[in-house]
Amino acid sequence: MSPKTLYDKIWDAHLVHEADDGTCLLYIDRHLVHEVTSPQAFEGLRMAGRSVRAPDKTIAVPDHNVPTTIDRAKGIENEESRIQVEALDTNARETGIHYYPVSDVRQGIVHIIGPEQGWTLPGMTVVCGDSHTATHGAFGALAHGIGTSEVEHVLATQTLIQQKSKNMKVEITGRLSPGVTAKDITLSVIARTGTAGGTGYVIEYCGEAIRALSMEGRMTVCNMAIEGGARAGLIAPDETTYQYVKGRPHAPKGAQWEAALDWWKTLKSDDDAHWDKVVTIKGEDIAPVVTWGTSPEDALPITAEVPDPSSFSGGKVAAVKRALEYMGLKAGTKLRDVPIDTVFIGSCTNGRIEDLRAAAAILEGKRVKDGLRAMVVPGSGLVRAQAEEEGLAQIFIDAGFEWRMAGCSMCLAMNPDQLAPGERCAATSNRNFEGRQGRGGRTHLMSPAMAAAAAVTGRLTDVRELMVEPVI
Amino acid sequence: MEKFEKLTGVAAPLPLINIDTDMIIPKQFLKTIKRSGLGVNLFDEMRYNDDGTENENFVLNKPAYRDAEILVTGDNFGCGSSREHAPWAIKDFGIRCVIAPGFADIFFNNCFKNGILPIALPQEQVDRLMDDAEKGANARMEIDLENQTITMSDGETVAFEVDSFRKHCLLEGLDDIGLTLEKASAIDSFEASASQARPWV
Repeated sequence: MSPKTLYDKIWDAHLVHEADDGTCLLYIDRHLVHEVTSPQAFEGLRMAGRSVRAPDKTIAVPDHNVPTTIDRAKGIENEESRIQVEALDTNARETGIHYYPVSDVRQGIVHIIGPEQGWTLPGMTVVCGDSHTATHGAFGALAHGIGTSEVEHVLATQTLIQQKSKNMKVEITGRLSPGVTAKDITLSVIARTGTAGGTGYVIEYCGEAIRALSMEGRMTVCNMAIEGGARAGLIAPDETTYQYVKGRPHAPKGAQWEAALDWWKTLKSDDDAHWDKVVTIKGEDIAPVVTWGTSPEDALPITAEVPDPSSFSGGKVAAVKRALEYMGLKAGTKLRDVPIDTVFIGSCTNGRIEDLRAAAAILEGKRVKDGLRAMVVPGSGLVRAQAEEEGLAQIFIDAGFEWRMAGCSMCLAMNPDQLAPGERCAATSNRNFEGRQGRGGRTHLMSPAMAAAAAVTGRLTDVRELMVEPVI
Repeated sequence: MEKFEKLTGVAAPLPLINIDTDMIIPKQFLKTIKRSGLGVNLFDEMRYNDDGTENENFVLNKPAYRDAEILVTGDNFGCGSSREHAPWAIKDFGIRCVIAPGFADIFFNNCFKNGILPIALPQEQVDRLMDDAEKGANARMEIDLENQTITMSDGETVAFEVDSFRKHCLLEGLDDIGLTLEKASAIDSFEASASQARPWV
């Protein structure tokens, strides 16, 4: 048998049909659904008189539109948002799919609760009408975002029409230095490859520094595979994966657990597998990074300066000029001198318990800079509950952060959590696009620890200066 | 789905790289539960000033391009969010073909599901088409999907590639779900064997 990558193996295990021209029909094990990209799909299904083929493999949760204020039980003020969430309520109940309503403590961001509830397992195919579905690749599951027409297609057929992608290996060797996190890895990879560098590929992340990451860190890395243009990101499952999965509500148990484990252990790329593209980065070379522009590829170590547009080439020169104007930054300014107005800790990239622990470790005994708005939005109700139990919530509250309910919140600002024009935000989310966090809002992406450090000083900050034992 | 065979229309130049789907259709317009009506908000933040008036410098607000049916743009068009509202907005505006050096994966897929033809061409060919599009209302291009050619306003022709299955679906206006349901027995038998092999799924 010819050697295969992990992607090849999962693909082969889910291939329903392959046409002569290479168009494939792939079986989907888990279909995650949220309120923004699904109403038209359910409507389409109804209009055609079709039904949901596999309600048991379909999991829905409202996350994008939901308010994250403590008093959200009183309802959603914005009429359109409310209608969209109500549509998901109705569609979920009518079709009998699994559903976590806003009132359920397990509600949260779809990509946080899928793994949390054990819906996401190694070797699965997972799709969702959301580009950050790539997150689930951390389990060695082939997971990617789809459009609403494809949501309808999966609802009706439990399959997806696909063309196979190419294989790309991203290896992070060695160890990370203190203060450097999974977020810094994933931003550094995108800075290296560009936002289109992964287009046409599925990325497998490997190497010692990846192996050393917790599942939370691996999810952060895979989450942003899409920002590098890749269809999906993957990390081969190992003991860390099995330990995370074991005992979760929807994880296999007993004899089925053993059978699953036997198969999961085969889920790794063969030593002599073919890679169409390879990128290698030394873990020791990765610094805490922040973005300065309006594309996730615009990332630099915090010790750097805002770059000059003329140092780029091609279409990027004009793009950087535009970005600096939008961001209100001048070339040559030290990134550490850039003042901020807002801090947002949360999102499917960095809204998990480990992220909150990392931020709280920096904030303990400190205060948010006067005049700054700072909020923590846990990725799920269960993350929130755990953080309260661990005393993290109190650290955030004592530091002057708002302690919110679970949702996507200011990552994309579909709910009331938005930036005003010109406001500058240190954010742990995934996109710094123009207008992403509110029209005219300016976003700097970074790790939770870096965002916490920025909250304390009121400017973009090297977290290593604030660590209990400063490392520089 | 609406068929795509031949299209003759004005091409609008938008020479920016990395145009993301947040720029194509900002989030406040994702709250709809319909597919239609998004054209008026296409490129909303570039197209309108803060007070809601039109930004007269934006290409689609210029008299020559208000009825553009083709868009010529920069690399990595449609990156970011998977929102199909992006192609819905493009189509609702009246654009049926987007030409760029490259497209983001999900956006590219979404176009074909909505009767929009995305054409990827080498940068130097896009540059020539961009120059042609800059000519204004006289820059009428003809897109011929059957023969896979773009004819510029001066009669010069550029060939393009397109996946054969997707071409077939566009030319015939085929519904993917209907096509897949013809393979229901293959799905049934896959499901049966997969539930034996991986009962925990």
